[in-house]
Amino acid sequence: MAEADETEQTDGAESTTGRELTMSRAMVDAIAAEMRTDDDVFVLGEDVADYGGIFDSTEGLLDEFGREKIMDVPISETGFIGAAVGAAQAGMRPIAELMFVDFFGVGMDQIYNQMAKNTYMSGGSVNVPMVLMTAVGGAYNDAAQHSQTLYGTFAHLPGMKVVVPSTAYDAKGLMHTAIRDDDPVVYMFHKRLMGIGWMPAPAGPKTPVPEDDYTIEFGEADVKREGDDVTVVTLGLHVHRALEAADELDGAVDTEVIDLRTLVPLDTETVLESVRKTGRLLVVDEDYHSFGVSGEIIARATEGALDDLSAVGRVTMPDAPIPYARPLEQEVNPGTEDIVEAVRDLAGTADE
Amino acid sequence: MYGWMVTARRYEERLQEEYLEGKQPAFDISAGPIPGELHLAAGQEAAAAGVCAHLRDDDTVTAPHRPHHVAIAKGVDLERMTAEIFGRRTGLCKGKGGHMHLFDPDVNFAGSGIIAEGCPPAVGAALAAKKRGEDSVAVAYLGEGAISQGGFLESLNLAAVHDLPVVFVIEDNDWAISMPKERVTDVKNGAQRADGFDMPGIRVDHDDAVAIYDAAGEAVGRARDGNGPTLLEVQVHRRMGHFMGDAEGYRPDADTERAKQRDSIERMETTLRNEGVDESTIDDIRDRSHERVEGAIEWAKDQPEPDPEEAYEDVFSNPPAGWTPTSEPAEPVGGDD
Repeated sequence: MAEADETEQTDGAESTTGRELTMSRAMVDAIAAEMRTDDDVFVLGEDVADYGGIFDSTEGLLDEFGREKIMDVPISETGFIGAAVGAAQAGMRPIAELMFVDFFGVGMDQIYNQMAKNTYMSGGSVNVPMVLMTAVGGAYNDAAQHSQTLYGTFAHLPGMKVVVPSTAYDAKGLMHTAIRDDDPVVYMFHKRLMGIGWMPAPAGPKTPVPEDDYTIEFGEADVKREGDDVTVVTLGLHVHRALEAADELDGAVDTEVIDLRTLVPLDTETVLESVRKTGRLLVVDEDYHSFGVSGEIIARATEGALDDLSAVGRVTMPDAPIPYARPLEQEVNPGTEDIVEAVRDLAGTADE
Repeated sequence: MYGWMVTARRYEERLQEEYLEGKQPAFDISAGPIPGELHLAAGQEAAAAGVCAHLRDDDTVTAPHRPHHVAIAKGVDLERMTAEIFGRRTGLCKGKGGHMHLFDPDVNFAGSGIIAEGCPPAVGAALAAKKRGEDSVAVAYLGEGAISQGGFLESLNLAAVHDLPVVFVIEDNDWAISMPKERVTDVKNGAQRADGFDMPGIRVDHDDAVAIYDAAGEAVGRARDGNGPTLLEVQVHRRMGHFMGDAEGYRPDADTERAKQRDSIERMETTLRNEGVDESTIDDIRDRSHERVEGAIEWAKDQPEPDPEEAYEDVFSNPPAGWTPTSEPAEPVGGDD
């Protein structure tokens, strides 16, 4: 479907490596490198071979590695995700793609009752070194069954590491780490960040990416922008929206923006350091409002830095299924202006 | 049946035109008057007409993500369906569902965007009819790519052991997005799946609406008479990409061409002529169908978009007291020190 591999996004970043990649190319770069060095790594999923993944997450891999390594599978999420669990337990390192995270319901038993729990239930005698990668996010009107951002669902259930890259640089490093990890890793990529021709990305995710392999350790949040007045904690697409909001507020509110990068493990310390400095915390999350990432971050902040906090807030997807019509989806999906407004409220500058 | 088929074909041609408006030359899925993805069913009309001709309003149909032809044949309100696809407030689902998720309870039609997931609810509708002693039936549509899915196989089993009045209709268009049928299953045809459940399995090899009508008559009749479920597979052809914007780089050109040559509508016209229907009658049906489509599209485009705050309605039919979709305090705590 992708007519062009690259979008017209311009992030202005100077390449130190002579190349910038879209997020999807960076992910593929890491997968290919790992497959070249480890025969146990292989990919399976729906439309991952000839199509290259609906969101280009496996684009080009078939040509180099062939059908034995890049396996198209029948539409049967329970079957192929469970097969990845079995192969991982047998010592291989499968990468399974769940096309849209919304489809998790079809194969969830294999995900949370097997993939996530077998290490624990076996008393550590079995491990499941697999990656489950999946597309999240809305903002193109695909309605309630194809637009969710279920960070909280996967982070809530113990036993899975949960990774959410926001840039091409991070996407490659986190993918290397994910494939080499001896535990199951859920790698959630936002469709809007991939750099697909038919779905333009915002400025930002396309970054310089080194040719060489490198890893990014899980549990290390990235302070994207330093500021003294308000801390914005977010991840995925909304890192870019938060940065845009911070730029818009420049001169009025000095906003610090933290990209969590991984939810499990969660870098609580970086969040606490920031809120001890600013005293104000805003969490921006494209996942549903209740019982999710926003509540968790605020809880950890209050547990660890209650005395330093003077204000907290969150900008999230409301507790409603995601609607189809544009005015409705725009209403519920947190936009840059929602973040600007919330930061202003927290900073007490709403009336200035 | 011919009227439904040409209505469906024209409807999709017009949707395609409307959908591409604003999305060219560079295809941007979030531009143009029709939001989201659009999966068209051109080439599959016979599967809708041949089966739905046996159905009444009180019979249930569950459709997959490619639903328009079936919806038209089942009698879904065309104006309101179109308004839904354009994301308008007066649409079937107030702009909340979109083209993959069409619901019209007046004719017991429901959709789902998840593969094979319409099968269990169809079994449920059949179960309800049996429990109430009614003679309505349920029909679940799915694609040949869905026949490996657990929800489908579990539904066959449940329907079989309880002798439920349900017909499963596999629309075999040879392609599950980029996967050709021979790489999805080792059985020659999906109807063979019925053998494993001791259920009748019928396959109609040509996208011939009359042959499908005959086979479906047998299956629906069996269900209505209380003799249990049937698995019916019909050959259709996918004339277009999986969704609008799919360049089909994975598909041999010859296959696309073959699909376009095997046109169920031309076949139906030949059948009508052979039966002695004169040309002016055929033209008249076609013209009226086109007018009906044009009327629905014009009506839909005049309809208002929903107000943003309508996004928060309908989460529950009986909202709990005090419930709000954000449960946020009216004003943030602190922030003024």
